Amino acid sequence: MVNTSAPAVDVTDLHVRRGKHPVLHGLSVSVPSGVVVGLLGPSGCGKTTLLRTIVGVQVVQSGTVTVLGQDAGSASLRHRVGYVTQDASVYDDLTVRQNLQYFRAVLGAPRGDVDRVLALTDLTSQAGQLVGSLSGGQRSRVSLAGALLGSPDLLVLDEPTVGLDPLLRVELWTLFHHLAASGTSLLVSSHVMDEASRCDRLLLMRDGEILADDTPAGLLAATGTEDTEGAFLALIQRHPLADDSRSGTTGGNDS
Amino acid sequence: MNPRRTLATAGRVLSQVRHDPRTIVLLLVVPSLLIGLLAWIFSDTPVFATIGPGMIALFPFIVMFLVTSITTLRERRTGTLERLLSMPLGKGDLILGYTLAFGLLAVAQSAVAVGFAVWVCGLEISGSIWLLLAVAVADAVLGTTLGLLASAFARTEFQVVQFMPALVFPQILLGGIFLPREQLPDVLRSASDWLPLSHAIDALQAVATDSQDAAYVGGELLIIGAWIVGAVVLGSVTLRRRTP
Repeated sequence: MVNTSAPAVDVTDLHVRRGKHPVLHGLSVSVPSGVVVGLLGPSGCGKTTLLRTIVGVQVVQSGTVTVLGQDAGSASLRHRVGYVTQDASVYDDLTVRQNLQYFRAVLGAPRGDVDRVLALTDLTSQAGQLVGSLSGGQRSRVSLAGALLGSPDLLVLDEPTVGLDPLLRVELWTLFHHLAASGTSLLVSSHVMDEASRCDRLLLMRDGEILADDTPAGLLAATGTEDTEGAFLALIQRHPLADDSRSGTTGGNDS
Repeated sequence: MNPRRTLATAGRVLSQVRHDPRTIVLLLVVPSLLIGLLAWIFSDTPVFATIGPGMIALFPFIVMFLVTSITTLRERRTGTLERLLSMPLGKGDLILGYTLAFGLLAVAQSAVAVGFAVWVCGLEISGSIWLLLAVAVADAVLGTTLGLLASAFARTEFQVVQFMPALVFPQILLGGIFLPREQLPDVLRSASDWLPLSHAIDALQAVATDSQDAAYVGGELLIIGAWIVGAVVLGSVTLRRRTP
């Protein structure tokens, strides 16, 4: 079992480049366990890079990333961390069930797990269909179902609700909270600010830096705003970019 | 590495192919059609008897190289590889799983090609037809493993298709089909000694004419086997869990 007092993820002074561009420059953040943490920010701010680092598939320049008490990417974590990439990473030329059966075999999860995650993601009636014939929203749910196999301790979800209709989004957020209540830690990225209020805790990110790490209510109170979008704009005005000519530098970008 | 995961991967790849009947037909029929075309072109000459065995090595080798390299590249590009490598799947499980699945297809393909060449096109095989099939299968598996390796160095489908002329054509030109290897210039002759396809063609011609004993063919099979193992090992090494 996870010690609920220890953070699920602890990142210290993380530097990551992708290609020639530094994406994360000295980022430090902590993700508490057993709750739904939202990672919000505009496209291209480094959300996916941070998630890839936590899952252990990203080459990093420097910094430490500890996941569930171990170094990110260590072999023993591969059973304990579920990862959903932004684009559904599933096989289009297999049925929903065949996809999940393969991932189940790789994870060594019990056989009944396939039916369990099919029910959780509301895909039972599509189980025999080829994934390539499904809608975009259904495909991303297959991808999510794959990550739920084997009941991982940490779920890292990169924009899992993109392209889903509102009803389904509500259902998924209910599922996320249901999983958190049973002890799973969730880190969910989104660029849709109105999803922020559904998280237990928020990380607001911009240009490779964490602007805020707070509860949704705490964030609104601290910024004196009424919604997360307003809070985000207020924070941006307080923390201008280094190349913003009107104000001082935030520093650290050239390291 | 774990046999259960390797077999699950092979089973998954075969299920994918099963959902794509056109690929199956192309895999099984194209080499035979090409061999048939060649037999027709040279119908009133003794040429087919000399180059026919080489063709049995060539077409399955090329087809398996292409199919495997593109399939594995697709896995890299659709994000499923990233997902698998974040899961407890060994790199060897993936490569061996692919090798097993496509190796099985290669057996079927080579059997059809050999059967067609011998019984339909009238290719004369003086030696053991089973030995001929064994060399043909080893050759198709070699195409599979080289295709796996090539896909590691390609970022796009365009690049991986370019590897075909780069890696495969020189082997065809130097393999002894166009000109017997003994008549090649010295430098090219020694270069061709190092290429796996040369040994496959030598072995097939030896079986067809029954000019060498089984030990010679076994030796050639060992060389091809060494290339297969080398490509599998190198393919696993080039597979990275962490990418930039």
